[in-house]
Amino acid sequence: MKNNNWKGWLYLIPAILFLGIFMVYPLIDVFVYSFEEGYNSASQTFFGVGLYNYRYVLRDPYFLQALKNTFILVIITVPISTGLALLISVGLSSIKPLKELFQTIYFLPYVTNTLAVGLVFMILFNKTAYTDGMINLVIKWFGGQAVDFIHGPYWAKMFVLCFYTIWVVLPFKILILTSALASVNPQFYSAARVDGTSKGRIFWKITVPMISPMLFYLIITGFIGAFKVYSDAVAIFGTDLNQAGMNTIVGFIYDMLYGDSGGYPSYASAAAIILFAVVLTITCINLLVSKKHVYYE
Amino acid sequence: MEVFLQDLTKKFPSRNRRVREDKIAVNHFTLKIPNGKLIGLLGPSGCGKSTALNMICGLEKPTEGRIFFNGEDITDLPPEHRGVGMVFQNYALYPHLTVEENIRFPLENLKGKDRLSKQEMHERVMAAAKLVQIEELMERKPSQMSGGQQQRVAIARALVKTPNVLLLDEPLSNLDARLRLQTREEIRRIQRETQVTTIFVTHDQEEAMSISDMIVVMKDGVLHQTGRPQEVYDDPVNLFVAQFLGTPPINTFSGSVRNGHLWIGEDDVMIISGVPDQEVHVGIRPEGFILQEDGPLCCDLIRVEVMGRDTSVVSNHPAAVSLTIRSIISSETQVDTTNPKVRFALKPAKTLLFSKETEERIRFEVK
Ligand SMILES: Nc1ncnc2c1ncn2[C@@H]1O[C@H](COP(=O)(O)OP(=O)(O)OP(=O)(O)O)[C@@H](O)[C@H]1O
Ligand SMILES: [Mg+2]
Repeated sequence: MKNNNWKGWLYLIPAILFLGIFMVYPLIDVFVYSFEEGYNSASQTFFGVGLYNYRYVLRDPYFLQALKNTFILVIITVPISTGLALLISVGLSSIKPLKELFQTIYFLPYVTNTLAVGLVFMILFNKTAYTDGMINLVIKWFGGQAVDFIHGPYWAKMFVLCFYTIWVVLPFKILILTSALASVNPQFYSAARVDGTSKGRIFWKITVPMISPMLFYLIITGFIGAFKVYSDAVAIFGTDLNQAGMNTIVGFIYDMLYGDSGGYPSYASAAAIILFAVVLTITCINLLVSKKHVYYE
Repeated sequence: MEVFLQDLTKKFPSRNRRVREDKIAVNHFTLKIPNGKLIGLLGPSGCGKSTALNMICGLEKPTEGRIFFNGEDITDLPPEHRGVGMVFQNYALYPHLTVEENIRFPLENLKGKDRLSKQEMHERVMAAAKLVQIEELMERKPSQMSGGQQQRVAIARALVKTPNVLLLDEPLSNLDARLRLQTREEIRRIQRETQVTTIFVTHDQEEAMSISDMIVVMKDGVLHQTGRPQEVYDDPVNLFVAQFLGTPPINTFSGSVRNGHLWIGEDDVMIISGVPDQEVHVGIRPEGFILQEDGPLCCDLIRVEVMGRDTSVVSNHPAAVSLTIRSIISSETQVDTTNPKVRFALKPAKTLLFSKETEERIRFEVK
């Protein structure tokens, strides 16, 4: 074995080189930038080293807004999308006729372009001088007041963003969960039925534990994905997210680099590191919780 | 609990569009199982044993026919109200629960007046565990146990609600030969202790013969014969049952009856009465041969295998249907291996005749 070790490393070299250049080096660089005060990418100069960038970013009202938006988005969309996906997958696995058709329909949004879906949402929610949008028509039909979902109050905009995010992530989760459900040995359900187990108990005590690794995978990747939401917000509210008050952390980072107020790689790096710390913390908490509740075969 | 299956039929609709006919898994199956007995349900793979069991426990609805427990029609009762315990082919132990939680699971489902306190549950679980001797494994997960141990847990789980009927679907098929032997004795012991009416499904005839009070032989969904194991072995109703029971299997020949003589090929082996002239299948149990220098059945000797108590003579005959003829004789008898021919006389009780057309048994008397 020992003699062949160098061969193993040899085979790994392309991957290591690739990851090193395009992943590890930029990561380290971002970390370094975040401590360099007043870094200028054109002249490659900076004034000093310290925590100033972090202090600045954490006091920037736009960043705080983005942080708040992101957290709300994460807390609302991850549980709802995962729960909804579980519900739909369980429904899909228990029907027989037209099962394939429904599976295809539910999977369609996944292969549809984000911006195209965004356009559909515009038609659904946007209120213009000529039309109130489909949703408002429905609201008015029930005797409600029309709401401007795109330019209106904060909660309305947040609702649209959450709705959109859930809509976009749902197909993938349904796909994963239906295949997880299909892999549960039907004999467990037979055994449970002979023992007179109620439907609810079968679901919570057998189905959920059996697919818990996949559920957990979806929750972790769901958290990470929701923390990184950016293009969804752009698709609905356009590129000036700060103006709309709907910026996200990744949006803030982008703006700091390339936006109209951009050109501040140091601030962007500091924000990126903060995001990294947040995601890392959440993931660690997830892992700790999962140790207790997830069953691996 | 006396179980009575009346004219039970199960048809599965054909999934293949080109084949219109339904698949008949169980075909007009009528059987009475006395209280407290262990029944071995025996048949080749795919003959409908599991389907029959699933209908008894309520997982499948019969297409036709009725099921009675102690005279009460329970055909339309859902599984949980039938009071049956079931052990599945690969145990179906919940892998994420410990042994204790697995055994407790059925008890936790009880509602209303049957509800048990924590203490009662614990006592019942421990009693069931004690019965199958797994008290020291209670904290393990199923994946941390051997096949035999898992099997016992599955039995404990099935017994914990004190069912009226215990159903075992090929419970030993995943065990190695040694463990099989041990576990089937165990099942017999548990059944004797609990006196629960038990149906034990297997396709291994030896297994069924060794532990059952009564065996039920089926093929292609049709019940062929029931009776005590020895009875069915000695007195099979048709060629299938005769061939299915016994190791080594019965030796078959094509023969004929002419003028009260039974012929196997060119050999006039026996004088019989009560059978009209016809072509027949002749089945001879391995222990039905007597080595005799002037015996009527003349075979070509292939080899002699001495296995402790018994000697088995492997030979061939032009009229044999089986590839080789295996006869078992006492070790004390010497076989002359230099002679290429070996001659046997036949024990009439071990010689069975079957109709060439219907394969039904033809009974005869010996003069
Ligand atoms: N759900 C089903 N749909 C269609 N056909 C079925 C279904 N279940 C069983 N069958 C058919 O019914 C027949 C009997 O099946 P069953 O499972 O009862 O056999 P078995 O005797 O238990 O066999 P084994 O010893 O292999 O377990 C088989 O031919 C099988 O293909
Ligand atoms: Mg079976």
